[in-house]
Amino acid sequence: MSGVLSLALKLLLGDRGKFYTLVIGITFAVFLMMLMTSMFFGIIQHSAANIINIGAEVWVMDPNVQTPQNSIPMPNYVLDVVRSIPGVDYAVPLYLGGGLVRLENGNYQGATVVGLDDATLFGRPTLAEGRLSDIYRNNAFFVVRDANYAKLGSPRLGTTFEINDHRGVIAGIASVAVGSLFGLPTLYTTYERATQDLPSTRYVMSFILVQPKSPAAVAGIQRAVQALGYRALTAAQFTTRNDRFYEFQTAMGMNILIMTLISFVVGLSIAGETFYMFVLDNLERFGALKAIGARSSELVAMIFYQSLVVSFLGFGFGVLLASGLIAFGKWRIPNYAAVITYQNLAMALVMVLIISVVSAYIGIRRILRIDPFVVFRS
Amino acid sequence: MILTVDRVTKWFGEEPSRTYALRDVSFAVDHEEMLYIVGPSGSGKTTLLSVISGILRPNDGTVTVEGKDIWNLSVDALADFRLHTLGFVFQDYHLFPRLTTIENVAVPLVLRHVRWREALRKAREVLEVVGLPEKADLPPPRLSGGEQQRVAIARAIVAEPDVLVLDEPTASLDGDTGKRIVGFVKDRILNAHRAIIVVTHDDRIYEYASRIIHMEDGRIVAPAEAVA
Ligand SMILES: Nc1ncnc2c1ncn2[C@@H]1O[C@H](COP(=O)(O)OP(=O)(O)OP(=O)(O)O)[C@@H](O)[C@H]1O
Ligand SMILES: [Mg+2]
Repeated sequence: MSGVLSLALKLLLGDRGKFYTLVIGITFAVFLMMLMTSMFFGIIQHSAANIINIGAEVWVMDPNVQTPQNSIPMPNYVLDVVRSIPGVDYAVPLYLGGGLVRLENGNYQGATVVGLDDATLFGRPTLAEGRLSDIYRNNAFFVVRDANYAKLGSPRLGTTFEINDHRGVIAGIASVAVGSLFGLPTLYTTYERATQDLPSTRYVMSFILVQPKSPAAVAGIQRAVQALGYRALTAAQFTTRNDRFYEFQTAMGMNILIMTLISFVVGLSIAGETFYMFVLDNLERFGALKAIGARSSELVAMIFYQSLVVSFLGFGFGVLLASGLIAFGKWRIPNYAAVITYQNLAMALVMVLIISVVSAYIGIRRILRIDPFVVFRS
Repeated sequence: MILTVDRVTKWFGEEPSRTYALRDVSFAVDHEEMLYIVGPSGSGKTTLLSVISGILRPNDGTVTVEGKDIWNLSVDALADFRLHTLGFVFQDYHLFPRLTTIENVAVPLVLRHVRWREALRKAREVLEVVGLPEKADLPPPRLSGGEQQRVAIARAIVAEPDVLVLDEPTASLDGDTGKRIVGFVKDRILNAHRAIIVVTHDDRIYEYASRIIHMEDGRIVAPAEAVA
């Protein structure tokens, strides 16, 4: 069989023009699919930035909460009850909300405000400048130096501003693992200050962050919280819930899905069409092989092999091109949200295999129907 | 007998516009024979050649090659029969333009699962037999018509088939080249284990025939006549 396959390869490589068109077509399709899906995964990862950055193992929230950005405040007694659940090592409140910042030049800028438990500062960022204890000073805020930092006028230690008509002062400059998706700068302060100064609702507690005594305790905690009428999710579960929200309940997921499908269809049509042309051009040759005595199964193997070879080449080049562009994007645009994960590699691979099998199938149907009698006709 | 054709009938299309390309054709070919099938255009020569080489299924009658009723074989067995028993020289050669000459010649061996290296070695030997060793690495389109014809012959004989089938081998060659090639095939390839069947219009090459079958309108019109 291997001799027949190298014959297939020689026939394929012999037609340079079609060979390049095929590889380029599939490269292009893979490139588009990779770009679309990695943008999507990047966006989703960034939308979960708060879950990742704050880093709690278990999050307690109102059952209707879908994402960390849109919390529903809970009454304070929930915290006391959660603390009394067996298996809970400790539990702290978290404020996660928005504030309107008035800069020194008089401009307004929205910001995400994270209020950390006063006693533990659980979920705190890494400080690049300033001391952790400075957060307890009057009106102190830490600002995250990320892509949105400049929107606050690139404040320094000691810079003052107003937030929701209260005075604020920068006491530290922090860095976090994942930047926010939403284009807002992030400020950290204590839970006390955040809940006193910022909200206008009766309840103020956005989330309760729970440290279970052991991983085995999580299930029990979840049941107890559910009995209370609230929901406890592990960080992974919360991330998934957040992902689902952006995938299925926003226009973003659908649009990117549609773009991915379009690039798939474009790739399929370029590759399918060119491969079919290749087969048509070589119909006589395949007819001659059939007349000489090649079995149908061997012809099928040859066609499959040819389409697999171009597909894998296209896949390789497409992935290279997409990762090159993404690397370039990340280097030039700090906020650029795109990640290549095993998931989107696998997705692109599956799509390429579909393209390859469909193109081969079209060609094979044609080849199996040729009458070797054609070789006797002039 | 190496090959027996018994009351073969082949038609194309459906009544009432059915054309009979072969009507009740019977004959036999012996070892070491070079049998010619001649007749006017449309008389059914190519159709007959296709039926006896297991490429076109007849509507009626049997074809027996080396004791095997070939039209009772399965599709794969029929392909194997063509691969192992027959060698073809098609009228338009049907060489692979993207392969080199030597690779073209090696194709039947590769289909028989001979390793490439071994197949190419054998192909080179056969290219020497047909006098084209220096063209081994050129693609066929760079060769003259007569040279391409010799490549086609090399490909047909490389796997040492028992029956060699040639359709209009001289149709696109000038008279002298045609004669030389057919003479070459008879001298160098025909032997006690083989038979060669040639379809032709070309009376300049009749001198090489062992026997000639005349066809007209799908029938054999005169009993096979022996030549020399
Ligand atoms: N595939 C086909 N469909 C319909 N009719 C066909 C087909 N092949 C051959 N015929 C008809 O069968 C008859 C015999 O054709 P065939 O090609 O065998 O003749 P031939 O003797 O080889 O002619 P030529 O010398 O022109 O090559 C002709 O009438 C032809 O039109
Ligand atoms: Mg003919």
